[in-house]
Amino acid sequence: MRRGPLALAASLTLLPISGAHAHAIGPAVQQATNWTAIGMFAAFVALTLAITRWAARRTRTVSDFYTAGGGITGFQNGLAIAGDFMSAASFLGISAQIYADGYDGLIYSIGFLVGWPILLFLMAERLRNLGRFTFADVASFRFAQTPVRMVAACSTLLVVLFYLIAQMVGAGQLIRLLFGLPYGYAVVIVGVLMTMYVLFGGMTATTWVQIVKAMMLLGAASFMAIAVLARFGFSPEALFARAVEVKTALAALAGAGPDEAVAKGRAIMGPGGFIKDPVSAISIGAALMFGTAGLPHILMRFFTVPNAKAARSSVLWATGWIGYFYILTFVIGFGAIVLVATDPGFLEADGALRGGSNMAAIHLAQAVGGNLFLGFISAVAFATILAVVAGLTLSGASAVSHDLYATVIKKGQADSASELRVSRVTVFVLAVVAILLGILFEKQNVAFMVSLAFALAASANFPVLLLSLLWSGCTTRGVVAGGLVGLLTALVLTILSPAIWVTVLGHAAPIFPYGSPTIFSMPLAFLTIWLVSITDRSGRAAVDKAGYPAQRIRSETGIGASGALDH
Amino acid sequence: MEDAAARLARDPRYVALVRRRGRFTTVLTVIMLVVYFGFVLTIAFDKALLARSVSGGATSWGIPVGLGVIALAIVLTGLYVWRANRDFDPVIDALGREYGA
Repeated sequence: MRRGPLALAASLTLLPISGAHAHAIGPAVQQATNWTAIGMFAAFVALTLAITRWAARRTRTVSDFYTAGGGITGFQNGLAIAGDFMSAASFLGISAQIYADGYDGLIYSIGFLVGWPILLFLMAERLRNLGRFTFADVASFRFAQTPVRMVAACSTLLVVLFYLIAQMVGAGQLIRLLFGLPYGYAVVIVGVLMTMYVLFGGMTATTWVQIVKAMMLLGAASFMAIAVLARFGFSPEALFARAVEVKTALAALAGAGPDEAVAKGRAIMGPGGFIKDPVSAISIGAALMFGTAGLPHILMRFFTVPNAKAARSSVLWATGWIGYFYILTFVIGFGAIVLVATDPGFLEADGALRGGSNMAAIHLAQAVGGNLFLGFISAVAFATILAVVAGLTLSGASAVSHDLYATVIKKGQADSASELRVSRVTVFVLAVVAILLGILFEKQNVAFMVSLAFALAASANFPVLLLSLLWSGCTTRGVVAGGLVGLLTALVLTILSPAIWVTVLGHAAPIFPYGSPTIFSMPLAFLTIWLVSITDRSGRAAVDKAGYPAQRIRSETGIGASGALDH
Repeated sequence: MEDAAARLARDPRYVALVRRRGRFTTVLTVIMLVVYFGFVLTIAFDKALLARSVSGGATSWGIPVGLGVIALAIVLTGLYVWRANRDFDPVIDALGREYGA
């Protein structure tokens, strides 16, 4: 079973192999670097496998598997959330975007942060008070279980798959550069390791891998940002001024006239092409902001803490770490303009970054910290991918085993052992699918792939959760119809948008011109839930509405929760 | 249990808690939405505005404004946690003791 995807991976990457080998033939220094990176990565893998072994002994029930028994503290969960959220797409993709376009990368990263306060104000505590393992527990609290769970499981799996693709692509590009290995091998290595963490260690192993990774990433990024600033006497103004100079010189070199070159250099300090028009602006903003509050693997983290108070403090810790991280990423991106774009050793003959457009931060690591630090940052970036994919896989697996198998198929009568078995089989299947899709989407921009996942989360999960929590008139039919409409609209519009219709499918022009579907799909989901609910005269609708007062009390206070929830 | 829930729903402390917390989270949510979408729409309608130099150097207005939005997200989150710990939790704990947590 395991040889199948490996062989397929190898055959699919025959062409990239030759390209990767061409890159690997470089100065001898590059070769030495590879061994440092491999050694540090091996040390990280050894540590995380030891954690997994320890966690495996503590993973006996479904509650251990899905939520680490609910025994994670607020501070630990905050770090784990940060580790779950600061993906390779954030670190490599956003620093690469800043390297290419400057300020646009900051606009993008701000969008990733502003969803956290919203998630805290509207949802975090209510989720903890109502749910047990998955966000579908909360969304379906007073509704008919089967239809609501099925919709929630579908959207969970789609969001998880899109997000996984982005991580897999990042892993493949990274390892091709650092180890000279074919793209497909790296994707398979990530797939196998994440399977081991989740399969044996469940949420306990996943949480601790995320915590270790968050500390490594924050430490390494802090070092890089400080090293960059130190070269400019800790004056951001001096760093920005030099970056503008470099971009101006590069533009002149590329054949721009003097005035045009100055304008191009100056352009990195202001908004560029990322936000094109007001419609795209609101659409992308809404996807990032409300998507955060609808990501299943993030929402799942709120069930790992003992109570609403801990859920609350985990969001504060997470927001602080993530905000700090994006500031570091901004400095790192500008550092790369100054130190990487000016060094022919990091560039191809045509001026493009060696190893692909997402490698700006990796090259900067070598520029400021030498080969040893390059090895460390490579291991960190790989660790980042592993931590994120483990969380995603666990969330996807819980949607299948808890929502579909235990609740829909077994009507809540599944025993713990068989639910665990289904969960583990799903982990394995998801890993194989993720590997194949990671190879299929090799050429996509990883940061952009993540925004697709956010659009789905904002359009399907967020409206369903929000209205089921806050609106007493909401009914089963309403959330099912609204969830499906949001999901399908976001999905279809995304397929018709430039990112897939033109780039992947090769059509000349997109049918849907905007970068994100959310400005249409999210309001449409809200509208559908409302319209279908108010016209719903079924007997079930009466039950749904009658269930609201009890749900409200429990969501606001947690009273009535502990009896049902203590494991 | 049904009785206790019905009594709790009418308890003035519970009613006041839900109202106060609802008002507080609504205000915080609106601030975050207005600031963030204001930021994004400012860029959409006038790209040059945030590209303008702060004091003649390379640093543009976009830098302090962008960092300000990041800081605001963290501050609003902290504000909510601070008030919830100080103000809302004691009420919830008292209600929990009385009505069975």
